[in-house]
Amino acid sequence: MLKSTRRDFVKGASSLALGAAFASPALIEAARAWAAESPWKPEDGAKLRMLRWKRFVQSEGEAFQASLDAFTKATGVEIRLDSEGFEDLRPKAAVAANIGSGPDVIWGIHADAHLYPDAMLDITDVCDHLGGKYGGWYPIAEHYGKGRDGKWINLPITISGNLINYRKSMVQKAGFDKIPDNTADFLKLFQNLKKNGSPGGFALGNASGDGNCWTHWILWSHGGRVVDENDNVVVNSPETVAGLEYVKELGENFVQGTASWLDGHNNKAFLQGACSVTNNGISIYAAAVREGMKDVAEDMDHAFYPVGPVGEPTEFHVAFPMMPYKHTKYPNAVKALLAWLMEKEQYDAFLQGSVGYLSHSLKAFQEHPVWTEDPKRTVFRDVAQRSRSFAHSGTLGYAASTVFADFVVVNMVAEVATGARSPQDAAKRAQKRAERYYKV
Amino acid sequence: MATTTEAEQVTPVGEDSSWYERLKHNRNWLGFLFMVPAAAILLVFLAYPLGLGVWLGFTDVKVGRPGQFVGFDNYAWLLEDDVFWLSVFNTFLYTVVASIFKFAIGLWLAVLLNRHMPFKSFLRAIVLLPFIVPTVLSALAFWWIYDSQDSVISWTLIEMGLIERPIDFLGDPNNARASVIVANIWRGIPFVAITLLAGLQTISPSLYEAATIDGANEWQRFWRITFPLLTPIIAVVMTFSVLFTFTDFQLIWVMTRGGPINATHLMATLSYQRAIIGGSLGEGAAIATAMIPFLLAAILFSYFGLQRRKWQQGGVDD
Repeated sequence: MLKSTRRDFVKGASSLALGAAFASPALIEAARAWAAESPWKPEDGAKLRMLRWKRFVQSEGEAFQASLDAFTKATGVEIRLDSEGFEDLRPKAAVAANIGSGPDVIWGIHADAHLYPDAMLDITDVCDHLGGKYGGWYPIAEHYGKGRDGKWINLPITISGNLINYRKSMVQKAGFDKIPDNTADFLKLFQNLKKNGSPGGFALGNASGDGNCWTHWILWSHGGRVVDENDNVVVNSPETVAGLEYVKELGENFVQGTASWLDGHNNKAFLQGACSVTNNGISIYAAAVREGMKDVAEDMDHAFYPVGPVGEPTEFHVAFPMMPYKHTKYPNAVKALLAWLMEKEQYDAFLQGSVGYLSHSLKAFQEHPVWTEDPKRTVFRDVAQRSRSFAHSGTLGYAASTVFADFVVVNMVAEVATGARSPQDAAKRAQKRAERYYKV
Repeated sequence: MATTTEAEQVTPVGEDSSWYERLKHNRNWLGFLFMVPAAAILLVFLAYPLGLGVWLGFTDVKVGRPGQFVGFDNYAWLLEDDVFWLSVFNTFLYTVVASIFKFAIGLWLAVLLNRHMPFKSFLRAIVLLPFIVPTVLSALAFWWIYDSQDSVISWTLIEMGLIERPIDFLGDPNNARASVIVANIWRGIPFVAITLLAGLQTISPSLYEAATIDGANEWQRFWRITFPLLTPIIAVVMTFSVLFTFTDFQLIWVMTRGGPINATHLMATLSYQRAIIGGSLGEGAAIATAMIPFLLAAILFSYFGLQRRKWQQGGVDD
């Protein structure tokens, strides 16, 4: 007879509360078979600490937890998984790098590993193995994954797409079948939407996700950029001013209140029908489906950002890489874990659980059914192919990170869109702010 | 129970006793010894972080990377940084306007609540509510109240036919400043009101009775009795209120993150944005350090201004 103690109950309740998931017997069996053949044999008695950002969707968190559980059962490596909001996680990741102690792996955001590359474990062998096995990495994944010397210093496990979200009926009423593929028609669409009383809008507040994504798209779409290949600040350029002139016209047609919008505002406005076109991840659609808002879910769709005068996609999507620390006592266990997480079975489950929030960085997963079982997710399949890093042509490092975090591009665009400054003045001011961080 | 015997207390410490014996009976030394734990706590948890923060302001240290001493480089840059100056302006505006309103409304509420009225305790508990609610929650509530599309204020005014379209509370720079100040006032009033109420209850009713017999009207009783006797409490309460307001962070961070276009950035929020999110610890520390002179001025004003006895009693200082 099974005897349950109060302690067991508390432990069970805690696990449920945390949404813990356990591996199926089949998954454990697969993990054992994989571990037997893996080139990375965890050290005896290895224990790992992992810190990750708080999951967006429960199903992704459960799939991830199940993969960890199977790994533990197959290899005997205990893993303690903690989670934090990603903005709280960044200083912790930096401190761990600075003092050489803390979690063995941190699943972070953006390009933090490039701020302290010397504190990272060299995982070139793991990434080469995975790239060779799964059709190669997308260029953006290599850009984020490799340090300056060409060694892989973090695992670019996924990219989170941020694309145009739109109400089909409102766009059709404005004279377009779908979101135009060029910026000139996109402006016409916004003008028509405003005339029809169903305006669109993008976040102009200090919105770290949505704000940065759409403003970088605008900047790049007209050929502007913060720095050139040699990290010279070149944001005050005719191309940037051209982009800002475009913003000026586009901004006149925004729904009221976008100057104050943070990351959550456009979700709410869109779901309420107050905003017809905006930029976001798949979370608006997921919320509409989850909350049973059929009218919104059926009437909305996603699209790539229109291409500007430069003639190629200029999108920015958010990377969530895993950072393995050199201070780990168990480097082989870390490598084995990273490799295991990206093997097909685990990664398939991870993508399925992510329901479009997170996209693949290895080419072989292009055919995953998650991208086609619901056509409204399909555009998110291609975000890794289309994304640039926020440093774009410059170097990923402190200067690029600080300019990004200080909303230099967001503020520049917002100043013009709200009429607070002329395009020329806004570009000049952004140049001055960026030069500070690039130590001109 | 262990007690010191009379013999021990009176035994003189002879000149031939050891240095340890002399030290053991030295009142100054013992006083110092008893003070050490408190001093150590103050040093480790207050003085050291403050000193470290000031030091970091003179370096270019980044999160996760040690820096070098750069002298006044961070401050020189901040002098030219219009976002920093905007945050200084915002911080002063926020502190001055919010503090004046918090004091006026808080004092008014305290005087009202000091009267005998039905449900007195219940009403006092209600006044405390804004202070009890976690700041983040109240900030989220205001976030909804000030929503650009669904503000309850805008909805009411539209329904009443007073306006045609929603007010852009947080999208227009001046509206945004006014909106966050109102939120801060709402949250800060209970602290002022309840503390002043405690002060009011220490004033002897006989003073009012005597004044009433002398023919003093309500305003004269307030101005000649209540206000002077309340001044020491006002000094303390307003010092704390100004300090809390000047260093406010959560309300702004949740509601606007310093936007629109940095129109509501306070020095505290800008410091956090630059130091923690942007990774420039040195520059963030410099912004935080730049707050210290203003905070010190507020404290000194309280101690050397509002607490002067003669001034409190209606006289003129020497």
